[in-house]
Amino acid sequence: MGDAPPFLELRGIVKRFPGVLALSGVGLDLRPGEVHALLGENGAGKSTLIKVISGVYLPDAGDIHIDGRAVQVRNPHDAQALGVSTIYQEFTLAPDMTVAENIFLGREPLHVRALSIVDRKALIRQTRDVLASLDLQIDPEATVKHLGVAQQQMVEIAKALSLDARLIIMDEPTATLTSHEIDRLFQAIGRLTQRNVAVIYVSHRLNEVKAVCDRATILRDGTFVATVPVASTTIDEMIRLMVGRDLKDKFPKVKSEPREEVLRVEQLTRKGEFHGISFNVRSGEIVGIAGLVGSKRTETARAIFGADPIDSGRIFLRGQPVNVRTPGDAIAHGIALVPEDRKRHGIFATLSVWENVVLSALRRFSRRGILDVRREKQRAQEFVASLRIATSDLDKRVLDLSGGNQQKVVIAKWLNTNAEVFLFDEPTRGIDVGGKIEVYRLMGELISRGAAIVMISSELPEILGLSDRILVMREGRICGEFDRADATEEKILNCALRGAA
Amino acid sequence: MPAVIVALAIVFGSINPNFWSATNLSNVSRQMSILALLALGQTFAILSGGIDLSVGSLLALVSVICAQQMKNFGLVEGIAAGILAGGFAGLVNGLIIARARVPPFIATLGMLVAARGAALTLSGGLPIAGLPREFLVLGAGYLGPFPIPTVIAVVAFVLAHGILRRTRFGRYVYAMGSNEEAAVLSGINVANYKMLVYITSGLFAGIAGVILTSRVISGQPTLGEVQELYSIAAVVIGGGRISGGVGGIGTTLMGVLVLGILGNGLNLVQVSSYIQNIVIGAIIVGAVYVDLARERRR
Repeated sequence: MGDAPPFLELRGIVKRFPGVLALSGVGLDLRPGEVHALLGENGAGKSTLIKVISGVYLPDAGDIHIDGRAVQVRNPHDAQALGVSTIYQEFTLAPDMTVAENIFLGREPLHVRALSIVDRKALIRQTRDVLASLDLQIDPEATVKHLGVAQQQMVEIAKALSLDARLIIMDEPTATLTSHEIDRLFQAIGRLTQRNVAVIYVSHRLNEVKAVCDRATILRDGTFVATVPVASTTIDEMIRLMVGRDLKDKFPKVKSEPREEVLRVEQLTRKGEFHGISFNVRSGEIVGIAGLVGSKRTETARAIFGADPIDSGRIFLRGQPVNVRTPGDAIAHGIALVPEDRKRHGIFATLSVWENVVLSALRRFSRRGILDVRREKQRAQEFVASLRIATSDLDKRVLDLSGGNQQKVVIAKWLNTNAEVFLFDEPTRGIDVGGKIEVYRLMGELISRGAAIVMISSELPEILGLSDRILVMREGRICGEFDRADATEEKILNCALRGAA
Repeated sequence: MPAVIVALAIVFGSINPNFWSATNLSNVSRQMSILALLALGQTFAILSGGIDLSVGSLLALVSVICAQQMKNFGLVEGIAAGILAGGFAGLVNGLIIARARVPPFIATLGMLVAARGAALTLSGGLPIAGLPREFLVLGAGYLGPFPIPTVIAVVAFVLAHGILRRTRFGRYVYAMGSNEEAAVLSGINVANYKMLVYITSGLFAGIAGVILTSRVISGQPTLGEVQELYSIAAVVIGGGRISGGVGGIGTTLMGVLVLGILGNGLNLVQVSSYIQNIVIGAIIVGAVYVDLARERRR
């Protein structure tokens, strides 16, 4: 395998998005039958790169070679024809159809071609053959939605194989699997490589990378860092290659002495989601929560806010136990949630700026249910000015604002409720660099006014740059706590990846 | 849309000058008032992100209950019973949608069928005649120069506009329709306000049903077929978004005027009612298409 000519070669791939250089001159080569890890922090460019390979994005510059020949991958169909299949975290199977129907969707064996009558016997037989070649015990006639996640993933792999894939890209394939299922996946990958199929393996789980991959390519901030042989590289070395930078100046950290405790949660548990979560946050303090995607940080914040029920545990505000059953209760107690998915959970896109800003505090702008619209607009105008929300007028729909300004509208909504605990979930996701700094500045103002902030973020520089204390979550539990002074990216990643503080 | 209405009026007026006569305008407004009231209730339902398919059938149920109670207990009791019956049916819709979380389309589709059945059962399938003569005034009378149903509809429009634009409930209706998940996370008790939406729609159907009963001066279990669809059409023609959050009393008023003037005008210029349906169908789709095209260009 070692000196085989590469199956896939990428040279100088560049991909720009408005305001962001997602990939700047990335290269990669992939040999037949090789399992190649793609590593990097969130935002390093892994997803963008696999989308370029699979034809979802068109690169702005750079070449793609397959079998030494320059090719154009203009869309996913091109990629498929070139032998590239991608298995995303969200599967693309039709849940109400059978395994066989899914594997041969659009390519069903036909009785009489002109009549498009499916040859069911041939369909089942061919499906059995594909499944057998991967040594899978799955009934071709089972309905996909009745299969477990691991089996659905195997069906995806079988489908890729039946398409004569020579490269299968797997994006975080083990995120939702049990350890036994992970073993089965590794066996299946082994069988793929025996057939000279190459695999690009995207994962944050470095012990898995050690177990199954031959080489690893590390990206950082959209640039190529190194390609290393996995066998002779330690996990610590990989982490260092992924991190290796100093960006603290980007974060205008406001100096503020933490004062009395505002929020404390004890042993918060929601079965199947998170367990025994205990922490506190003080007035004038930002507590960062780091962790991998899927470590149940969002679920924890939603439960504290009353959006999802808890099975056990208690919440205290200023030392008093409180009952938070609905977001309404949380708001009445001065808790605010700035959600991760702004479009889905934060803004009312078709409503105006002023209507959004006052929405959670309408009681204070109304008497017996009748609104004082003049006072509402006046208040909204004050917030637009003080938060520097860039909008031509108050009546503009929030839909037409930039991401950063939409986030400010959401924050203004909570300032209006006189909240003193702010749960920020990925506060700068999808916001450009300038907008990010504005949001950080706002968070600084909040704590200098005595608010307490819990900030969930997957961007380690953001966590390190802003937090006074840092909690790390892994698989629904808090696995480590660090003070600002002695936290490093290495320590946090180690904890998030391996569970050891 | 106002331009379209003016154009329609000018075209019909020039073909048949009777269009502009006081008698005709007064008649059109009287005829439109039933659709107008149903469309008001529908506006709340659609704005909130739902729909109310039951309003047509409710006309029949309200009519039968109104007539029976009027014969048993008297004029005022009959009117009150009719309106309350509409409100109660709306409450049932609301409970099924907000508490049992059945999608509004399905819940009110069930009510569409069941309310028709209830109207036929209560009446034995026959009209209920013999209502007091004074009851005629509600549907046929005048207040000054204006037909009473028109006056009621205008008052209802002003009231509904006030509710939507000047009350917490109204603002929450828009918020729910714009983004229900965000509404929940903003502390709005979405279940309660959804119930209120369908109660409101039921009450408007109740008022419309009572007026219609007076117009035909009997309880009729067959009233209101496909009226729910015209009420939906009225909401969307004017620019209300079918998925909620966008629109209001103004756009609904436009829709009601277009449908009303079109129906009357086509009659006056002697287009057969069969062809009228083709025209109205095309207008419904065309109006929404133009609206969407304008939105996409933004």
